[in-house]
Amino acid sequence: MSSIWPELEALLPRVAKPARYIGCEQGAQAPEHHPDQVSWLLTYPDTYEIGLPNQGLQILYEILNERPDAVAERAYAPWTDLEALLREHGLPLFSVDGHRPASDFDILAFNLSAELVYTNVLNCIDLAGVPVRSAERRPEHPLVGAGGHCTYNPEPLADFLDFVVLGDGEEVVSEITEVVGVWKRAGRRTRDSVLLDLAQVPGVYVPSLYDVSYLDDGRIAAVTPRLARVPERVEKRTIADLAEWPYPKEQLVPVTEVVHDRLNVEVFRGCTRGCRFCQAGMITRPVRERPADQVRHMITSGLRRTGYDEVALTSLSTADFSGIEDVVRDTVNDTTSGCGNVSVSLPSLRVDAFTVGIAAQIQRARRTGLTFAPEAGTWRMRQVINKLISEEDLFGAVESAYSQGWRRMKLYFLTGLPTETDEDTLGIAELARKCVEIGRRYHTSASVTVSVGGFVPKPFTPFQWFGQNTVAELSRKVGLLRDALHRDRGVQLKWHDPKATLIEGLASRGDRRLGPVIETVWRRGGVFQEWSEHFDIRRWDEAMAEHGLSIDWYVHRHRTEDEVLPWDHISAGLHKDFLWQDWRDALAEVGLPDCRWTACYDCGACTGYGIEHIVASATPPAGGSQGTGQLVFVR
Amino acid sequence: MTSVVATSRHRYRIRFSKLGKIRFTSHRDVARLWERALRRATIPVAYSEGFSPHPKLSFGLALPTGHESLGEYLDVEVTESLGDPLDVGAFITRLDPGLPIGLDVQAAAEIAPGTPSLQQSVVCCTWRIGIQGHGCNQLAERVDDVLGADSIIVTRERKGQHVTDDVRPAIVALDISGDAEVVADLATQPRSLRPSELVAALSGGDNDLGEGRVTRIHQWLSIDGAREEPLPLPLDATSAPHAEARAS
Repeated sequence: MSSIWPELEALLPRVAKPARYIGCEQGAQAPEHHPDQVSWLLTYPDTYEIGLPNQGLQILYEILNERPDAVAERAYAPWTDLEALLREHGLPLFSVDGHRPASDFDILAFNLSAELVYTNVLNCIDLAGVPVRSAERRPEHPLVGAGGHCTYNPEPLADFLDFVVLGDGEEVVSEITEVVGVWKRAGRRTRDSVLLDLAQVPGVYVPSLYDVSYLDDGRIAAVTPRLARVPERVEKRTIADLAEWPYPKEQLVPVTEVVHDRLNVEVFRGCTRGCRFCQAGMITRPVRERPADQVRHMITSGLRRTGYDEVALTSLSTADFSGIEDVVRDTVNDTTSGCGNVSVSLPSLRVDAFTVGIAAQIQRARRTGLTFAPEAGTWRMRQVINKLISEEDLFGAVESAYSQGWRRMKLYFLTGLPTETDEDTLGIAELARKCVEIGRRYHTSASVTVSVGGFVPKPFTPFQWFGQNTVAELSRKVGLLRDALHRDRGVQLKWHDPKATLIEGLASRGDRRLGPVIETVWRRGGVFQEWSEHFDIRRWDEAMAEHGLSIDWYVHRHRTEDEVLPWDHISAGLHKDFLWQDWRDALAEVGLPDCRWTACYDCGACTGYGIEHIVASATPPAGGSQGTGQLVFVR
Repeated sequence: MTSVVATSRHRYRIRFSKLGKIRFTSHRDVARLWERALRRATIPVAYSEGFSPHPKLSFGLALPTGHESLGEYLDVEVTESLGDPLDVGAFITRLDPGLPIGLDVQAAAEIAPGTPSLQQSVVCCTWRIGIQGHGCNQLAERVDDVLGADSIIVTRERKGQHVTDDVRPAIVALDISGDAEVVADLATQPRSLRPSELVAALSGGDNDLGEGRVTRIHQWLSIDGAREEPLPLPLDATSAPHAEARAS
């Protein structure tokens, strides 16, 4: 294996932000490659700045490099300027650790965090010098795999991925390494044999081993394994106890600017608040808290090792961590870890005054913005989506924040939700206005930024049957809000491009027939679709029409209970009848409390795998009513 | 929160090299790398007061992204003495683990209160500039042309406006140092002349020269008419070729 660094070095003076291609991070590994080892290229199919902080990728990077039979390096999608130069000079996708060509690795493993990166996956495979379609690959080519949240509906990428990993990767990467190692040491005879062996590993899905048949109306008739040894349904992997996996132990510290440039410590995985729009909350159950002492240790040693002065306590709702106050207080008051003030950020804040109290404590040094996500503008709508924040909670939080010195805050909302009326949409403006009113009691310059995203129904949520709002409808709703708020100087409105929302929706619930569409869009230059300067809806419209498919049918159509969904042969542990009942409850505006502190309602995530919540406190956290059973629910 | 009034502020000047892969980081990147390295070394850096406190570090003239250097500088204000006199060897050992390969501390010393900032006091830099392009075979003539010219008028864009300058006075010294390499002393005041601008001047109207690998070798202060480095290298310093080999 050789490094392409000398050739790359000559090109870097000609590209923007060349530091994203040099590696050199603190914590980066320079593994020696041996023919007997299985080599992984962990690839994030977006820019280095977005991909470097990804914790999942960093966790697997460490676990694999700790194994004597594996090595792992990292790659990120080169920006278009470097890509053009690489192609012009006949150079491939490369690892940033050793600058090795991607095709020298046994496995190209992609992290799929968002649907709009799919065309970049194809581009990276192609830039690696590997055929983009798995059927065209030969034994000498790397195996192409993927993991991450989007793999719960891997079907749009079925033509391009050799294997797909579902759920937590900590354990399964080792099992995959062993299977591939046996194949490699036996001389890499045929791809079919290794793929069949991989399909025996729980949590690994091999798309080419399944046939899909269709009904006359275009819906799926059945997805069937092509061989007896192939499981009919692939179950996700779940690690039972986060305490056994204190990773990353040596978080990468980049030499150039990236997003989330701070120490990140995952305090728990999973969330059972039960927000019905939230795929992450549904597919990562149950809740597994990291022991508070381990959290403290990871913070202290991490700060000392990295020199960061900011730590983020990450999870899907960090204020729910048992003993959050103590951990935060200890971190802020700990002067042994370095110099200067350490600030703590809580990326996903629950909306209540208790949370603001914690935030006030931790932002003594640098008071940044405060962000809340009420998600919907009326209580009725919030019951539909099971985001059970009362107005009292929200206004209490807002009052508390303004009274403690904050002058601006950001509120996140979704629009295009099931059963949403114009009254619900306009409720967003109403809430924002009231928040500013409260703020004005404390500061004349109080302001609120309202950020509105179009709702995309996701697989394995109760809303997976719902027909997404059209671009016209989402635009109309944004227009309603603009009109309602244009006189309010204290409220700034931002929104996500409804056209991008449309394509997210297409990829989110699409099936295998979208493969050629994604390939066509990519071949015509549609890369970096997450970036507005590269996104062009016309490429997608044209490609859909050319392949005889209807965006309307895929995106806006309501599904019925009996429909075979493209991901029905995948399991996130959730019973389909639980999801259907939750969908009926949503339409009936019935909320469902958090099962961490109330009775189990058998969603399947624990019972199916013989695992359970790991929560240090048996009682719900103070201060908030939302979803803790402290409200009276009529069912 | 009570803040302790700074009773004993000390300033230190650090000289370091930037070689190899790390040369592709920007000036801002290097500033962040230093902030973290100083925290890792638990150096008690002083912070500014106010709403958004930041560490009191000041760097010299920005090195363009992609250029190497054997003489970068940083002034750090700290809240307590790091030793009197400073044990330079121990100080370097303390900082080193927090710095990426290619950024190496070469010298450090306490500086007197009131010492002018690097930005104010550096008047000139010595550069080693690799030259590419067809014009290389006439490099000696081009150098003579430039040195013999009374004025070299170039139009450059500054803050969106086209400004015409005579850059000849900024070329303090210029010499050929290899087949395709020159060494130049370029003034930094009243305004810096960049190596790329010198290469453009060498190209003249032919535009047949390009910038190759560029290294800043020295920065110079003017003290009573004599030139001095802000911090000379100690006699036993890591020799430059050795450091370069390690970083690439």
